Amino acid sequence: LFRLTMKRLANFSTSHSSVDSKEMKKFQLLAHKWWDEEGEYSALHSMNDIRVPFIRDALLNMSRNHYPGKPLSGVKILDVGCGGGLLSEPLARLGASVTGIDPLEDNIRTADRHKSFDPVLDKRIQYKSGSLEEIVEESMESFDVIVASEVVEHVADLEMFINCCSQVLKPEGSLFITTINKTQLSYVLGIVVAEKILGIVPEGTHEWEKFVPPEELERLLESNHFSVKAVNGMLYNPLSGSWSWMESTSINYAMHAVKSGARGQSSPTDDLSEMESKKCSATAGTAV
Amino acid sequence: LGHDIHFHDKKIALLEAGPRKEYDHMPDNFSNRVSSISPGSATLLSRFGAWDHVCSLRLKPFRRMQVWDACSEAMIVFEKDDLDDMGYIVENDVIMSALTKQLDAVADRVEVFYGSRAVGYTWPLPSHSSDTSPWVQIELADGHRLQTKLLIGADGHNSVVRKEAEIKNIEHQYDQSAVVATLHLSEATDNNVAWQRFLPTGPIALLPLSDTVSSLVWSTSHEHALELVTMDEESFVDSINSAFWSNANHSDFIDTAGAMFRSAISLLKPSGTAIRQLPASVAKVDPESRAMFPLGMGHATEYVQHRVALIGDAAHRVHPLAGQGVNLGFGDISCLAHHLSAAAFNGSDLGSLKHLLKFETERQRHNVSLITAIDMLKRLYSTKLTPLVLLRTWGLQATNALPPVKVRIL
Repeated sequence: LFRLTMKRLANFSTSHSSVDSKEMKKFQLLAHKWWDEEGEYSALHSMNDIRVPFIRDALLNMSRNHYPGKPLSGVKILDVGCGGGLLSEPLARLGASVTGIDPLEDNIRTADRHKSFDPVLDKRIQYKSGSLEEIVEESMESFDVIVASEVVEHVADLEMFINCCSQVLKPEGSLFITTINKTQLSYVLGIVVAEKILGIVPEGTHEWEKFVPPEELERLLESNHFSVKAVNGMLYNPLSGSWSWMESTSINYAMHAVKSGARGQSSPTDDLSEMESKKCSATAGTAV
Repeated sequence: LGHDIHFHDKKIALLEAGPRKEYDHMPDNFSNRVSSISPGSATLLSRFGAWDHVCSLRLKPFRRMQVWDACSEAMIVFEKDDLDDMGYIVENDVIMSALTKQLDAVADRVEVFYGSRAVGYTWPLPSHSSDTSPWVQIELADGHRLQTKLLIGADGHNSVVRKEAEIKNIEHQYDQSAVVATLHLSEATDNNVAWQRFLPTGPIALLPLSDTVSSLVWSTSHEHALELVTMDEESFVDSINSAFWSNANHSDFIDTAGAMFRSAISLLKPSGTAIRQLPASVAKVDPESRAMFPLGMGHATEYVQHRVALIGDAAHRVHPLAGQGVNLGFGDISCLAHHLSAAAFNGSDLGSLKHLLKFETERQRHNVSLITAIDMLKRLYSTKLTPLVLLRTWGLQATNALPPVKVRIL
């Protein structure tokens, strides 16, 4: 997770005014490591075990149609900060049409190549390099679902990010966010342990200041006409390399919010984790 | 897998070296290749509708199993209290036919290539940034080329998939062959008991097929097996009857020791001893039904690799003395199907090691102890040495008297 956050941070830095070319290079170097299940991105791979069912079940509960074998058939999803496509692919396998965007071209290239070997995925997924802001104009209210997993902690302007999400989402569309909370615990585990002690994440990857508490995310979403449906804490076990759900949201958490049905309103109620979007472009970068 | 609800969108190919086997009625003669199907395996088969076909063709449930020693009076009887069937003796052809019918039912998802043979496998490179396809490529003898995300090797104890995947196999050839035959009993009986006697040369088992017909599985030395298969039918029948009835291998010492132990048990646990029964005698053997095949044991060090999984005899091979070989395979199938179904519902890449390893751990934990136990039993019962006979005599008598242990074995 920390590695992911690190990567995301690096990704994010590109669009941020304080571009750190060193971070960019670091991220660039890892651009082809996305699909090594045991490599730097292993925590993100294993996060699929809980975030895919989270998204799938929330959407199944809301829909009436059930296609065996393709539960997400007919659903248009936008994966913001898709990275190498780790989350786009399982969602597409479940039947959804996925558009993945990421500001780093190398990531898009890796994602494109990986999906090209599977004819089914090739058809269902589209990758585009760029930021959320850049696609807003051409994609007004065109997506059923937006997924921004491990992104918002890298976004400079969270409010603007949520705003852009709202514009691109259809009314009553869903927004799913996973991110890191801003607590003492997340500082200890996320920065001190992960970066300085265990070295899972290179130093400086995360900026604790950018972490987003669920309360703030919820507030931002609600004031943008989203209604928060669910918040769940997540826990990573570095020994087993696996994720599980947890009562407490003090470290990592996932949020599901739904845009209100009224048209023409920006509703940030959906995903609290998306809160960091001050600039849509900034936020679009680093989610995986 | 073709019947699994989460697999509706997937494509499965089945490469079968044999011809298509489907029967509407079974021929009058029983086939000499039969399997003992446990209730658990029957449940698996009924989950996708195959068990119904088996029942409509033919099968023989059995209620009791008596296992005893040739060197002593010790024996153990397995029986379910609630009069449920302990297991079923089913001809392999019947199972094949039932499976074929159910495969036809999902023909849009499962394509069966009968009479096919794979001649080349190309494994995906471990590097994830390669430009070659990350899937497994298979070339068939007839030139067909297939590619898949997950290759399941179910090709028996000489598995080519296992060899090509360079998975090490721990194997050991027993100096034994099994003789199978279809036997006709001298008189019709309820015939719902499975009999097995441990001779010093190997176990002989009689499995019921109908009220008058039983199947023979006699594991013995290669030389003796050859003799049995080539001798005239009358001598063959005599050998079988004498194997079950003769007490030539008893020694007074063992008998006395055994009797003492038995009295001791009956003091402690009055219901713990039972009368030893004898199977009905055999009258004749079906001509052409005698066959023999060598026995061995094997266990693959890994059941899975990236994009590969081994199941059944390809992963593990056991001695037929416990009638568990095919049931272990069915257990593998049940477990793998469960994990693959969950993976499919999560949108995962089916060939991903993550869930394959879960299957491997679960099955290895279950299989290794059983495989070792069967191997140990085979060795324990292959001897006439008094100390070991005494040990197993007392052990068997004690086990027979202890319901909890018997239940665990079942």
